[in-house]
Amino acid sequence: MKDNAVSNRIDPKTIKGWGIDADPENDPTYPMRKRMNVGEDPTPKRRPDSLQPVTEEVLKSIERPKVSAVFGTPAPPSGLSGVIRRQAFKYSENQYKHWLPLIMADRVDVVEGVVTDLFKGKLPNIWAEKGYDMEWKYNRTAFITKMAVIGAATAGLVMWLSSGSKKQKKNKPQTKDYLGRF
Amino acid sequence: MDYRGPKRVRAVQKPMPEIQHPQDAIVKVLRTCICGSDLHLYNGNVPDTRVGSTFGHEFVGEIVETGPDVTKVKVGDRVIIPFNIACGECHFCRQGMFGNCHESNTEASAVGGIYGYSHTAGGFNGGQAEYARVPYANVGPVIIPADMDLDDAVLLTDVVPTGYQAAEMAGIQTGDTVVVFGAGPIGIMAARCAWLFGAGRVIIIDQEDYRLEFARNYAYCEAYNFKEMNDPVVFIKKETDWMGADCVIDAVGAEAAGNTMQTITGRKLLLQAGSATALHWAINAVKKGGVVSIVGVYGPTDNLVPIGNAMNKGLTIRGNQTSVKRLLPRLIDHVQNGVLNPKGLITHRMPLEEVADGYRMFSAKLDNCIKTVLIPPTVTQ
Repeated sequence: MKDNAVSNRIDPKTIKGWGIDADPENDPTYPMRKRMNVGEDPTPKRRPDSLQPVTEEVLKSIERPKVSAVFGTPAPPSGLSGVIRRQAFKYSENQYKHWLPLIMADRVDVVEGVVTDLFKGKLPNIWAEKGYDMEWKYNRTAFITKMAVIGAATAGLVMWLSSGSKKQKKNKPQTKDYLGRF
Repeated sequence: MDYRGPKRVRAVQKPMPEIQHPQDAIVKVLRTCICGSDLHLYNGNVPDTRVGSTFGHEFVGEIVETGPDVTKVKVGDRVIIPFNIACGECHFCRQGMFGNCHESNTEASAVGGIYGYSHTAGGFNGGQAEYARVPYANVGPVIIPADMDLDDAVLLTDVVPTGYQAAEMAGIQTGDTVVVFGAGPIGIMAARCAWLFGAGRVIIIDQEDYRLEFARNYAYCEAYNFKEMNDPVVFIKKETDWMGADCVIDAVGAEAAGNTMQTITGRKLLLQAGSATALHWAINAVKKGGVVSIVGVYGPTDNLVPIGNAMNKGLTIRGNQTSVKRLLPRLIDHVQNGVLNPKGLITHRMPLEEVADGYRMFSAKLDNCIKTVLIPPTVTQ
């Protein structure tokens, strides 16, 4: 297709529902139309009467004064990732010091998850968890190619690293001899 | 569903959710979907996505238990559950901004609580499960009309209202030319809904031919592949007499392709909060004084976009999480009157136990996948 492609236009009036929600007054539209400034709100700090009891650790943004009336409870912070998360929540959402450690904590959490699985005697089935059956079924050639490239790159990296350590070993006795003369 | 790390999920047995607040309810999930924004979590791009979390913000279910203060729904009711968790009482909820509730997320102040969307969105478990906890059951859930198909109902939790609100926020006036970037389920629905506001022309841009073909048939719009263009912005300028589109909708968000620098810095190195290619194009493709409507999801840090052009062109930029509860009455009418056909978006149905395969299929766009519905093993219909 070129930049001057001719389009397949349709007469809009033939489309079911065309214009049924058209509203010339729809400007400004949501979310501005029902705007209520905080100063106009007689109860700007109104909140639900009942509050969910805090029975386990919940990390709170420092940009709000209190824990919200409800919150989620899965996966409270724990381990090294939890330490990093607690540190991150000392900073506001306005700062990288909040978000970047959280991303790092997520990656640490993944490793901790694998370790936890192993401690429970469960070996993660990476093939199944990554849904590779679908790649095998619908995208086999590209999938095999991708895996081959990753495998070759990994093998190359391992060989390169091991050749480096061999070189070091080879040089080591010379250093020893050199030092031995003194 | 149990998240184990980037691109790793599995199906496991977890404890039954419990009532933790007087307005809580527990639902037995009847249908649940994988959303395009779930892929940001799946790819590990949303900060504070903890191992062991259950995703899923698109689900419908049957109430099986209610807290002592729940009066609006009862055990046995089948309900649509808006993806955002809203108290209905705070300063924002009382303005109809149910996607911006201030009493449903402790961990961040910019976004309200969302089911199964990381601790950055409140740390709630999601609906890709057999049972789920539903906070503020007096506010969010809406009874599914008796004659409504569950497949239609589950798409009213997010896809339909988000597509509709994208068109609404674009401030479309009769005869306007509307460009939608992204032919995923939300983009396709946004294109379809643009007509309801009287658009004169709707153009959708993507890189997947099968999705463009789907959009052409489902949303009656013009559909173009940006990989076959020299420059999508120049293409849109030429198509609009060199003025630019009246309204542009970004229905892509952080996973955008099309610009190598954005892809590397946003998706591979995470130096930005995702790849902002679609937003970049939107700002440059809209006319001076036009409107850019953003429903594509980006992370909470920063993105590289031509903000100088936005200022020079005098643009209005609107974006928000969808206020599902606000829109449901009108959208239920549109579905019942045959104006909108949500279930027409569904291309795949899978058992919940195969959730890992479902994510891979949707993520890698295998088998011409547009929308996947997961069905828990406890559901017989």
